Amino acid sequence: MSHNFWRRIKSTAALSAIYALTGLALVPLGLVLWYTIAKGLPAASHPEFYVNVERPVGIPGAGISNAIVGTAMMVGMASLIAIPVGVIGGVYLAEYGHGRWAGWVRLASDVLVGAPSIALGLVAYAIIVVPLHHYSAISASVALSILMLPVVIRTTESAVGLIPGGLRESGLALGLPRWRVSLQLIVPAAAPGVITGALLAVARAAGETAPLLFTGFGNPLWSVDPTHAMSALPLIVFRGALTPYKELQDQAWGAALVLVTMVLAINLASRWVLRRQIRLAGQL
Amino acid sequence: MAAAVDTSLKAPTAPKTQDRYRTLTALVSCAAPAALIVIVLTLLQQAAPAISKFGSAFLVRSTWNPVTLDFGALPFIYGTAVTSAIALAIALPVGVAVSLMLAEPGAQGIRGAMGTGIELLAAIPSVVYGIWALYVLAPFSLKYIETPVTEHLGFIGFLAGPPRQYSFFSASLVLAIMILPTLAAVSRDVIRAVPRGLRESSVALGATWWETTWRVVLPTARAGIFGATVLALGRALGETIAVTMVIGNRDEIPPSIFSPGYTLASKIANEFSEATGTLYPAALVELGLVLILVTLTVNLIALLLVRSTQARIAA
Repeated sequence: MSHNFWRRIKSTAALSAIYALTGLALVPLGLVLWYTIAKGLPAASHPEFYVNVERPVGIPGAGISNAIVGTAMMVGMASLIAIPVGVIGGVYLAEYGHGRWAGWVRLASDVLVGAPSIALGLVAYAIIVVPLHHYSAISASVALSILMLPVVIRTTESAVGLIPGGLRESGLALGLPRWRVSLQLIVPAAAPGVITGALLAVARAAGETAPLLFTGFGNPLWSVDPTHAMSALPLIVFRGALTPYKELQDQAWGAALVLVTMVLAINLASRWVLRRQIRLAGQL
Repeated sequence: MAAAVDTSLKAPTAPKTQDRYRTLTALVSCAAPAALIVIVLTLLQQAAPAISKFGSAFLVRSTWNPVTLDFGALPFIYGTAVTSAIALAIALPVGVAVSLMLAEPGAQGIRGAMGTGIELLAAIPSVVYGIWALYVLAPFSLKYIETPVTEHLGFIGFLAGPPRQYSFFSASLVLAIMILPTLAAVSRDVIRAVPRGLRESSVALGATWWETTWRVVLPTARAGIFGATVLALGRALGETIAVTMVIGNRDEIPPSIFSPGYTLASKIANEFSEATGTLYPAALVELGLVLILVTLTVNLIALLLVRSTQARIAA
């Protein structure tokens, strides 16, 4: 009896330890968010922070509008490359993904997800910055698109895979050709899942710093020319945090707050879309 | 099921457009393997001057002198290995605990909230971890971990002082936080793949939750959890920005983990845009080549481990 009692105590203790360790794992999340808000708000609560461009130390009224626009443009251009390619690739894997070639594509995407992002920056530098002889936003977009591609491919594949076979079979039974079944029935039904994947990829790309260091490079002036150097939020955070100037450090924290807000908002939106997808797939 | 549909469509009567659809999508899907090949070939080509000058000695030499154009990668390989190893040692027990919690059936209430929290941990950009580590985590670690440890255990070589705010250890701490979600999410998937029947038979024999977990679930999922660990290692090896901000930037191989150092990725991040000439940037690209080859190999091993475990458990 007492032996069993100890066994039960041990089990409860282990379970409590697991909850405690998970709680411990969440402490950094709370701390990062708390410090980003507390230290970022002083800079981020001024309206000019979103209107003005960067200014030299000592001149008040600096802003990060150029970085916000830069991040939006670079990630936008990267999405234009990565999302169509990734979605079509993912549809291929879901529709015809039984052969050996599909296996290679899958493996390549899974390995690519883990490729260090700094290496992607080096590659984009070599193939775009060097021939153009100057840093450019487009080279940053190419680096980011390689980063996004595998995420889009794999999430599209699993979203299309969630669609029950009955839908495909009913389309085929009506005499529709395979491509029409795929493009007009399956992909629309999987759209929320595909959007989830795209949003996750966008959120990941928006927060990346390493691929931008030698491609987008940063630019203190207002610039919307994709063939020239452009600023980005992560670059402001990285460079500002490492300077000894209080104003630039505050600006870095403010930019970090804007970045975290953006990334978490996109992330939560993708979660919401995914939940709809699962409900929808359940109804089909 | 789907395979049966597939073969029926390849019947000779199927119109040409169907094959064209398949070929077209297959062609687009080449982008992923093509990107991988382009990455490796470009880095090889860019690193060529350094490879031909230093040969394989590059990997074991520890000088880094842009003035005399004398380069070796050992301090950075060492730094990458040490920070990743410490990060894994910290993240592994916590990550497995989190994955056990997440893998329990049902995701309501507090457990669902905790799961979302862990996933959000993965969403926070690396540079935000970096600025937080620079101003909050590293000073905290210096005061409450590094200083007491070096005072009491400083006689052990790798724990020797003097403690430094920006060190291998600070970088490892932030790395541990960053790889935790990967470790937990992949382990959770492997643990979930353990058949219910196995778990239920154990419970039916009178085993408690912990006995079932420790003697049935974890041993079945062991290889997959190892795979998740290796996958997390791959993330740790390639992580750049947060590490660059707190590692201290020194081209040395110090005996203590509380000393400043460098990793492959942070060396590239700090110096590449200022590297002039031919050999200097080529040497930095070669660091990148070493990094990506190691990371890709590690990832490949991890993927194969995770997949084979899931397949074996399912069978």
